[in-house]
Amino acid sequence: MTTLTLSRALNEGLRRALEDDPKVLIMGEDVGKLGGVFRVTDGLQKDFGEGRVIDTPLAESGIVGTAIGLALRGYRPICEIQFDGFVYPAFDQIVSQLAKMRLRSLGHLSLPVVIRIPFGGGIGAVEHHSESPEVLFAHTGGLRVVACSGPADAFTMIQQSVRSDDPVIFFEPKRRYWDKGEVDTAASPDSWLPLGSARTIYPGSDVTLLAYGPMIRTCVEAAVAAAKDGRNIEVIDLRSLSPLDIGAIVGSVRRTGRCVVAHEAPVTAGLGAEIAARVTEECFYQLEAPVLRVGGFSTPYPPSKLEEHYLPDLDRILDTVDRTFAY
Amino acid sequence: MIPATGPEYAREWHVAVDSDDAVAAAGLRRPDGTSGELIQLLTPEGERVEHPDYPLDISADEIKGLFRDLVLVRRIDTEAIALQRQGELGIWASLLGQEAAQIGSGRALGPKDMAFPTYREHGVAWCRGLDPAKLLELFRGVSHGGWDPKEHNFHLYTIVIGAQTLHATGYAMGIQRDGAVGEDGEAAIVYFGDGATSQGDVNESFIWASVSNAPVVFFCQNNQWAISEPLEKQSRIPLYQRALGFGFPGLRVDGNDVLACLAVTKKAMQDAREGQGPTLIEAYTYRMGAHTTTDDPTRYRLAAELEAWKLKDPVERVRAYLVRTGAADADFFASVDAEADEVGARVRKSCLTMPDPQPLTIFENVYAEPGPQLEWERERFAAYLDSFADEEVGA
Repeated sequence: MTTLTLSRALNEGLRRALEDDPKVLIMGEDVGKLGGVFRVTDGLQKDFGEGRVIDTPLAESGIVGTAIGLALRGYRPICEIQFDGFVYPAFDQIVSQLAKMRLRSLGHLSLPVVIRIPFGGGIGAVEHHSESPEVLFAHTGGLRVVACSGPADAFTMIQQSVRSDDPVIFFEPKRRYWDKGEVDTAASPDSWLPLGSARTIYPGSDVTLLAYGPMIRTCVEAAVAAAKDGRNIEVIDLRSLSPLDIGAIVGSVRRTGRCVVAHEAPVTAGLGAEIAARVTEECFYQLEAPVLRVGGFSTPYPPSKLEEHYLPDLDRILDTVDRTFAY
Repeated sequence: MIPATGPEYAREWHVAVDSDDAVAAAGLRRPDGTSGELIQLLTPEGERVEHPDYPLDISADEIKGLFRDLVLVRRIDTEAIALQRQGELGIWASLLGQEAAQIGSGRALGPKDMAFPTYREHGVAWCRGLDPAKLLELFRGVSHGGWDPKEHNFHLYTIVIGAQTLHATGYAMGIQRDGAVGEDGEAAIVYFGDGATSQGDVNESFIWASVSNAPVVFFCQNNQWAISEPLEKQSRIPLYQRALGFGFPGLRVDGNDVLACLAVTKKAMQDAREGQGPTLIEAYTYRMGAHTTTDDPTRYRLAAELEAWKLKDPVERVRAYLVRTGAADADFFASVDAEADEVGARVRKSCLTMPDPQPLTIFENVYAEPGPQLEWERERFAAYLDSFADEEVGA
């Protein structure tokens, strides 16, 4: 076991991916000499060269579009989008090109492209630097969408994403980049949890609390606080947002009878809405209360002086949990 | 004098750009120092002319081969329009008028080169050996294309305007990383239209190709119209001159001259393969038909314009050359016409006998590794479909 920050764990995972397969490339703005604005690619260009760790021109559509071309030639590019709010110029290349190429070619073409996106708020940034656009991609058939929440998963999930023959949108919780955790860098990949699987982070029996990315730490803190009051919250880290590990979700809710979904993204047509619909359908006779959501408001992300009110915190999560017990 | 502002400026260029004087007056030179004249090797009257930069050593038989290509792809196009009119295709994007640009450039490619088309490159598809029936699949709604791009080194048709220019550039960056630049090298060519030059992706691909010196040729068929919008809505300068600002050569070729298109594309591809980076070729041509079968060009352009371009027809000038030089006789033309009839009949038959896809194939080829969501939806939909089978049995 090694203690690593989430940023460093990603760096180690990327290093492994570059070592394991000469076709793996990293491309993005400032990923080379600077090592990325969050230092996730620190030192990789120095060790693997400018041909494999590419400082690109400053244009997101170009990054993803040329990554598609490289993948067509047999490469496995990992693109870095510098911040969540900057991914939109690449939207056509991701949604209309990357996601659809396998179908358009009737399976003749694979595009093993990973797009890393630091996402979420809580860092006091100016606008466009704190968004949670994951559901835009989860809504798009042909893409896999995943989010890591801590160093251990960051290390394994980035490598699994690179090995996937499907395009993966890889969300990184930017306000947790400097959180530390134990990472088993020596474990065999065969022992890793599959990329599509959810993980039970904190077992409980009274209510299922589903979250991902930056909300996991907040949810575990909520569960610890609730335990002191005698309420057992089960926290599940979804990890895969598309496809959802619906088996794990349903298994837990059938036991607890209650379900809360927490995310930073706006609740309207968010992942919580999709989960609520599926859980209602699969667990109708076990539910003691409606599935409730706690998330960002259906507004643009607010100025940073307001973000503590916008982002679900421990108290808002527990308030929502309390409401499921009011039924 | 060139007016400083306003659409008059662009309109003047639209008509006057072929003249060396206009280029010189604006002080516009290609990066290699040559002027921006229209490169032509075969006049509209079918006269062979020489160009100092583009000598073309080509036999009469090879020119007859190009004529055959031109006639056959025009016939495929005609047949497809008819099939659409009869309700057998949902839509068709005609290449009428652009045959020379496509056959000339398509025949300039080597087997290892990779071509990235728009949705109108039926002539390039023909040169790459793709069965025309595969094109019909797309326009009939049976698939979104579905051919294996690796089989003919011909990528899928791309409908989003300009998106494929980045794919070609990335592919070319892959060629570089494979060490396949230099002697016996490879290159990519990407097709797009005059309207596409306004797209961000096209401009980004110019930047990427330039700074990475990627082996890619940008082949712009300027057919004068982006659906209803004339060129002056897209540009105030001749399109080939855009290349200068990005740092690589641009040139304008007579897009209705199959020999000139062949010669300039051969040279640009060879330059790219040898590591000299990208070239922008503007093939100056005309969309003689509608944008697609849903379009009505009489709403936005004058018939006289079409009549003027008919005099520059890409097929007829080759016919005139072959007749003028005695390289082909009546039997040759009759045999090409007969082959065109055969190809047309084959295309028609392939369309009419094409099976519809099965409903459950909706779920196929979405992921390499299908997940629980699609499995769930597929099972339910299959059960739903089966419920009708039960009713039929019951009845």
